[in-house]
Formats: sequence, C-alpha cells, structure tokens
Amino acid sequence: MTAHYPVLQVAIPLLAAPVCLFLRIPRLVGLFAILVSGAAFFISCMLLQQVIATGPISYELGGWAAPWGIEYRIDTLNSYLLVLVSAMSTVVLVAAQTSIVRELREDRHTFFYTAYLLCLTGLLGILATADVFNVFVFLEISALSSYTLIAMGSDRRALTASYQYLIMGTIGATFIIIGVGLMYMMTGTLNMYDLAQRLPDVYHTKTVHCAFGFFIVGVCLKLALFPLHLWLPNAYAYAPSVATAFLAATSTKVAVYLLIRYIFSIFGITFVTTSLPLEEIFLILGLAGIFAASISAIYRLNIKRLFAYSSVAQIGYMILGLAIGTRLGLTATLLHLFNHALMKSAIFLAIGAVVYRIGSAQLNHFAGLGKKMPWTMAALVAGGLSLIGVPLTVGFVSKWYLVAALLDKGWWPVAVLVLISSLLAVIYVWRIIEWIYFTQPRIIIDNVKEAPLSQLIPIWLLVLANIYFGVDTRLTVGVSKLAAQSLFGANL
Amino acid sequence: MNILGLYNYWIVVILMLIGFYIVIAHENLVKKLVGLAIFQTSVFFLYISVGKITGATAPILDEKWQLYSNPLPHVLILTAIVVGIATTALGLSLVVRIQEAYGSIEENDIQIQDTQDQFECQLEAYGVQEKLTTFDQELDE
Repeated sequence: MTAHYPVLQVAIPLLAAPVCLFLRIPRLVGLFAILVSGAAFFISCMLLQQVIATGPISYELGGWAAPWGIEYRIDTLNSYLLVLVSAMSTVVLVAAQTSIVRELREDRHTFFYTAYLLCLTGLLGILATADVFNVFVFLEISALSSYTLIAMGSDRRALTASYQYLIMGTIGATFIIIGVGLMYMMTGTLNMYDLAQRLPDVYHTKTVHCAFGFFIVGVCLKLALFPLHLWLPNAYAYAPSVATAFLAATSTKVAVYLLIRYIFSIFGITFVTTSLPLEEIFLILGLAGIFAASISAIYRLNIKRLFAYSSVAQIGYMILGLAIGTRLGLTATLLHLFNHALMKSAIFLAIGAVVYRIGSAQLNHFAGLGKKMPWTMAALVAGGLSLIGVPLTVGFVSKWYLVAALLDKGWWPVAVLVLISSLLAVIYVWRIIEWIYFTQPRIIIDNVKEAPLSQLIPIWLLVLANIYFGVDTRLTVGVSKLAAQSLFGANL
Repeated sequence: MNILGLYNYWIVVILMLIGFYIVIAHENLVKKLVGLAIFQTSVFFLYISVGKITGATAPILDEKWQLYSNPLPHVLILTAIVVGIATTALGLSLVVRIQEAYGSIEENDIQIQDTQDQFECQLEAYGVQEKLTTFDQELDE
C-alpha cells in the first residue's frame, strides 16, 4: 500500500470523480469530495515525510521500467507542492459545502464536485509525473475541468471568461506539446530524467532551442505571466467564489512548478541562460507585471477582479525570483509559491463568504460590512496585510527572502522597485479597508449576519496559517531550501 | 535534404499559422474554435511525421520486414486527438450558452454588452455615492 502512494495520490480523485455522478445527493457528494481530497492530503503528507527521510521516490506505472514506461517521481520539490495543492483543495472544499448553495443551482452541485475533483486530479498528476507527455495530458484534464468550473459562475460574463481561457489555455497547451514533440524528435525519450541525460548531446541543434522557446511561451501562458495574463482577471472574477479560491491557490502555482521543473531538471540552468536571454526577459516581464497589474488592481471595483490582478502581480514576484537564477532566488520563488497560495485562498474564501451573505462582490456593496461581518472582514484584512508583506505574516517572509536574494546578486535597484511595488499593494488594500470600515452602507445590510461557521473555520484556519508560517518558518523555508539545493545540485 | 522533401513539415507550419491566424483574426466564436482545431491538427501531423520512416511498415512483427515505423508518436497523438475533441466539444457548448445569454456569438456584440454592464456597475458605485453624501449633508444641516 505504502509503495503505491505516488500513484494513489492521483488515482483516488480520478476514480472518485465519476463516482460523484452516481451518488446524486448533493450533500453526500460534498462530504465524499472532502473525504477524497483529505485522503490525497494524507498521502501527500506521508510522501513528503518519506522524501525528506529517504530521498526521492521513483514509481513505475504498471511495472514498466523507466524510459519506456511512465515513471512517477516524487522529490522534495513536488512533494512540497503536492502537500500544498491537496491541503488547499481540502480546506476550500469544506467552505464550498455552504458557499455553492448560494451561487449554483442545486442540480449543478454534483457536477461542480465532479469537475473540482477532476481538476485536483490534473494538478496532482502534473506534479507527480516524470513523463513530459503525461504532463500534457494532466494539464488538459485540469484545464478542461477548470473551464467548466469557471463557466458555472452565476454571471453571464463567466461564460465569455471561460471561453477566453479555453482559447488561450489550449494555445498554451498546444505550444507545450509542440515543444515535447521536438524534444522527442531529437532524443527519442519522454522521461524527464532520461531527457536531461540525452539533451546535452543535442544542445547545439536549432530543434532543441525551438522546443525550449515553444515550451517557455506555452507555460508562461498557463501561469499568466504579464503580458500573457489576459485570461486570468475575468476567469477569477466571474467563477464561483470557491472555484476562484481553489484555482488562485493552486493552478498558476502548478504552472510555475512546471517552469521550474523544465528549466532546472530537464534543460539545465546553463543551457537555459545561454540559449535565451531568459534572465533579462523574466526580469523585465516580472517587474512590468508587478507594476502594471498592481496599478490596475487599484482601480478595480469588483473585489474578485481586484485580487485577480494582484495575483498577476504576485506571479511577477515569483518570476523575478527565477530571474535571479541563484539558489537564494529559487528559494524565494518556492517560498512565495506556498505563501501566496495561503494568502489568496484566505482572501477569496472571505470574499466568498460575503457573496454568500449579500450576493455581490462589488466593492461598493461591502461598505459598512466591518460591523456586520467582523470576523470575515478581519480575515480579509489579514489576508490583505499579508499581501503587502507586513511583518508576522507569510507575505513578509517571502518578500524578505526575495529582497535578500536580489541584494545578494547585487541587483539593489530591483530590490528598491520591489519595495516600492509593495506600496501599491498598500493602496489597494487600504481602499478596501476604507470601504469596509469607514463608509456608509450603500445597500440595505440590516439583516446581514456573520458568515456561517462552516465557512469561518476554513477561512480562519488559513489566516492562522498565514500568521503561523510567518512566525515559524522552519518548515517552509527548510523545505524550499532543500528543494532549491537539490535542483541546483542536479546540474552543477 | 531538399526543401521539397520535407513537404510534410511545410504543411505543418502552414496549417499551424492558418489556424493561429483564424483564432486571432476572427470575431465569430465558432470560427475561432475551427481555427483552434486546425492549429491542433497541425501538431498531430508533426508527431505523425516524426514517427514515419521511409520504407518501413507498421510495427507488427513479420519475417518479410526488417524496418518498422515508430508507433509511439502515433499513440501519443491518439491521446492528443481525444483531448482536442474534448476541447472543441466544451468550447462549442460554451458558445451555445453564450448565444443563449447574449443573443450573439460575435465577439464585438458581446464586448459592447459587457461594457454596458460594467458601466452600470460603476454608475451604481460612484453615482449613488454622490447622492448619498449630499443626502448626509442635508441631514447634518
């Protein structure tokens, strides 16, 4: 049983998704989904523990040896992210039980959970597998199910947002398989570690350079790097709140993982930096993304859209960490991956709780809610403070490591820009605080009550995690460092 | 290697660009999906071309043959075709719902309607705000 953990992790939600359709009773399906996601979480924790204790685990699917069969390979980097994704999914599912009652018609609840579990399968699959074509398949499983999740939003604009995402996501995924095809042409293998060994012989060929180019563009579309982020704000704004919380916390993170995996484990950092001016590209696009998206966020009226733009900015920070190209930079990126997931899921779940009570995500409808829903609003503000990077929150830890990495590299002007960009976050978070606490209500909110406990508990669990991991950084920093070390160690 | 001998790769490139152009240039949502399907199909050609070896046969062991084509790219593409069908089906079903919700599948019409919605939201937020503040002032006086 223990030996099969790497595949069970993916297989359990995959098999559970169709089972949802047979259970039919929405409440039962909801509980079942929590159970499945919880099982995935449990397995991922065991895997992380095992990886830290004994090193990478290799699992051969169906017993076929690695370069021919599909291999699942769990190392520090992906076991860390497996824990993150399955934990976020479980917490969000708990809040989903009540939240979707308000936002979705009852006959759609079962489909929601089915699509949700499929999306989880796809994300976990991308993380676990060591086969580049398998990555594409899981990428499409998660993408197709997230289009469905987004289209379930109650506003009609959810449909166009989903359509737009479908077009851009498919182009991104197709670019990725073009890259995979070109690599297969040159090496005859699809296994990541086999590729890493065979690619150096053909580094000089145009085909490999071309494969790398296609791949980078495809993944950057998926992770919404500025200026390829156009699909993201609408998709996050109009999806059901819990779906937004789940996608914001996990899906772009998994795309960043894929980028890291390809750069460090397959192509190798030396090839990457010599074949393309990737350092400069990532630096410029990362910074441009941080500023452009943060400034757009300031002017948004729909609060989900506001935080969607802020997500694009946060992706900019992660890419900036990669641009540094040192072990410290990579550590900062990995830390921010984890920390950003904590902040954004807390924020979007808090917004979801408001939507549950007042049925709107317009900032002007939030006026006066500070008194009516004190706990939810406090959570929202705590999440916002964490985004800014106030000490004692996780946001501070990741900014600290990022700035330290920048200074270590000697890029102090960039470090200054990062600090200035935090001020932009202060502006949009302050704008929210002003509406919540210091403005007269715009709509009748006399009967609005605090969010139900089933939503408050997951929200506050995440807020407390924000604070806990902001104070006690042993686990996150430790694992990030270990992962960064093994990624660099593999190629030095 | 002459240029014409690689004609299948030329077809790949041309189809890919045609598909990509349709996705970008057309406003009709169904036509965009057609473009997307052409774009994906070009990649299928790429993979299938890679697996073909001149003079080789299908990989079924037989004494008459020495040379076999590589079946793996073909099998991979079977998977990709399934993914492509799923994407097209989902895309078309979205278009049906968009038609129901907006009464149009032209990108321009939809954008105009969305901008109006957006404008109304802003009017509600800022327009009403002014009214309320004046009302508050009157009360203070």
